[in-house]
Amino acid sequence: MTSSSPAAPRGRERRQRDSRVGDKIFMNLARGSGILLLVIMAAIAAFLTWRSVLALTNNQGNFLTTFEWTPDAPKPVFGIAVLAVGTIVSAVIAMAIAVPVAIGIALFISHYAPRRIAQPFAYLVDLLAAVPSIVYGLWGALFLVPHMDGLTSWLNQYLGWTYIFDQTKTGTPRNLFTVGILLAIMVLPIITAVSREVFRQVPRMHEEAALALGATRWEMIRTAVLPFGRPGIISASMLGLGRALGETIAVAVVLSANSVLSLHVLDAGGGTFAQNIALKFAEAGDNGRNALMASGLVLFVITLLVNGAARLIIARRKEYSGANA
Amino acid sequence: MTAATTVPSDTRPVGRTLTANRLPKWTPPVVAVGSIAVGCGIGAVGGLKSHLQWGLISALLFVVASYLVSAQVEGRRQAKDRLATSVVWVAFILAVVPLVALTVYTVQQGIGVVNGNFLSHSMKGVIQSGPGGGIYHALVGTLQQVGLATAMAAPVGLLTAVYLVEYGRGTLAKAVTFFVDVMTGIPSIVAGLFILSLWNLALGFSYSGFSGSLALAILMIPVVVRSTEEMLKLVPNELREASYALGVPKWKTILRIVLPTAIGGITTGVMLAVARITGETAPVMMLVFGADAINTNPFDGPQQSLPMYIWQQYSMVNNDYGYARAWGAALVLIAFVMGLNLIARGIARWRSPKGGH
Repeated sequence: MTSSSPAAPRGRERRQRDSRVGDKIFMNLARGSGILLLVIMAAIAAFLTWRSVLALTNNQGNFLTTFEWTPDAPKPVFGIAVLAVGTIVSAVIAMAIAVPVAIGIALFISHYAPRRIAQPFAYLVDLLAAVPSIVYGLWGALFLVPHMDGLTSWLNQYLGWTYIFDQTKTGTPRNLFTVGILLAIMVLPIITAVSREVFRQVPRMHEEAALALGATRWEMIRTAVLPFGRPGIISASMLGLGRALGETIAVAVVLSANSVLSLHVLDAGGGTFAQNIALKFAEAGDNGRNALMASGLVLFVITLLVNGAARLIIARRKEYSGANA
Repeated sequence: MTAATTVPSDTRPVGRTLTANRLPKWTPPVVAVGSIAVGCGIGAVGGLKSHLQWGLISALLFVVASYLVSAQVEGRRQAKDRLATSVVWVAFILAVVPLVALTVYTVQQGIGVVNGNFLSHSMKGVIQSGPGGGIYHALVGTLQQVGLATAMAAPVGLLTAVYLVEYGRGTLAKAVTFFVDVMTGIPSIVAGLFILSLWNLALGFSYSGFSGSLALAILMIPVVVRSTEEMLKLVPNELREASYALGVPKWKTILRIVLPTAIGGITTGVMLAVARITGETAPVMMLVFGADAINTNPFDGPQQSLPMYIWQQYSMVNNDYGYARAWGAALVLIAFVMGLNLIARGIARWRSPKGGH
């Protein structure tokens, strides 16, 4: 007893000291990884900016308004005008198609479908999100493009007067419109998944109150479900938009790119930021690479803004986060 | 008794006025069949080539017809309800069509190509524009690159999630949360450009499987953080408190109690992240460079990867032999990714943390 009583406190002390050391190590490891993440983000911005500055000092043209992309020529000239327009146009087409359809599917899963269909179908949509973009691209180029012929000439025939759908060149429909449709199919699952979660969280009481007042199902959805889900729908759409803007390989496979600025979406041609990087990278020299990094920086900033805005909207209602959808 | 028999005869007319203006239950399917028939008729008569148009016309006819029929019989409010219902159903079908088309077409094109020879041979010495060759080198490359990326991203992601859930207070945690969210949206090509400028141009390393996996790790970390975070939040606080009450230090509590409880969900998240980066083409294309021969050393020299193989066979070979090999590789890639997804979700269902909230 007498010999063990001084030993026991000493042993406990040692254990406490050990645990304090262990706690410190573990906490610093955890915090270190968090900091590493911030460092990576900062490094991405820093390195791309550094390269972009190198490229822009060599540029003989105006980076914002030039159409051509010839950074490796003796007189380097390059600009993002065509790429910016192509990226925005294809993303707008994709969103115009994907958002309404995705809201429809989300409503179908959460409110319309018989339960036996809804669960497996929700599952299927999630699987659609897992298909690699190169497979979408391959399918788009070898299956969708040939099937777009009829639709393209149809749009040209009946909606050609709108200027946008006026087809001035004949040829395979490897155009921004087809790209937009392919992007719509690709971003559909993410928008559906996030909006579906939001629609599921609509308080049951709101829905039943609407129905009890004699509302039809659509009136119930319009008065109870959609207002509640609006922030969720907006942020889901912006997440989808972020993906559509940054999609690389599917666009590179389907689009037949050139450096002509045109708003005739049915004419083959144009380009997007990511597609241009993928296509020009292999043949680029030093200045060419730097120029591509400058355009990558623009894309980075755009997606950063879009995603940041989406997250800020989500943050108001935390439980909507769809990052692991 | 007489009173009892008169009551139903009194209520029946009331019941009839309530249901009199409803369309019978079989109306929507009949309208659907009718509009598909008319749509195909218009398509055939008008000589429209693509079946996409036939479908679009039928869908439009269905929406309009069910609205008009309902407006005639049931009144405007009900008609609007029917309109919404039919639009939602059309959206559902619009989503099913590409999914089915994509899967069926890939299997159709790929199934004839994939065989033992295709899986066990590389493209070394194979004339690209001719038949033969396989994806063995691409399989090896993909598995190594994805394995390396996971080995880097999973611990960092896990620890970050632990920090956010168990330790994170104040501005640093808020900043990390925000940037994790933003980082999920980084285009894959930007991650590739970053590694290119840091690893290859600034530090002077050459193209290798490892530099590809660095870019893949950047894409993977935020996905792992988000899913792990959600899972750790589901672990009941009572477990932590019970552990503290027994005098177990915090780090041991996390390692022995919190992580094992959530391990099922964490595994699922990591596997879904692996499935996502396996299909990434853009960063690999810039950093791995694509070799035709088998290279089992990811730290030295160009490698190949499955998505990049598909891209090369499509865009550079660009003939029927190339397309066939591309479809074969696409089928293998889809099977791999979908298999990972199914297993991951199976684990999630099997070992989801019980209770909590």
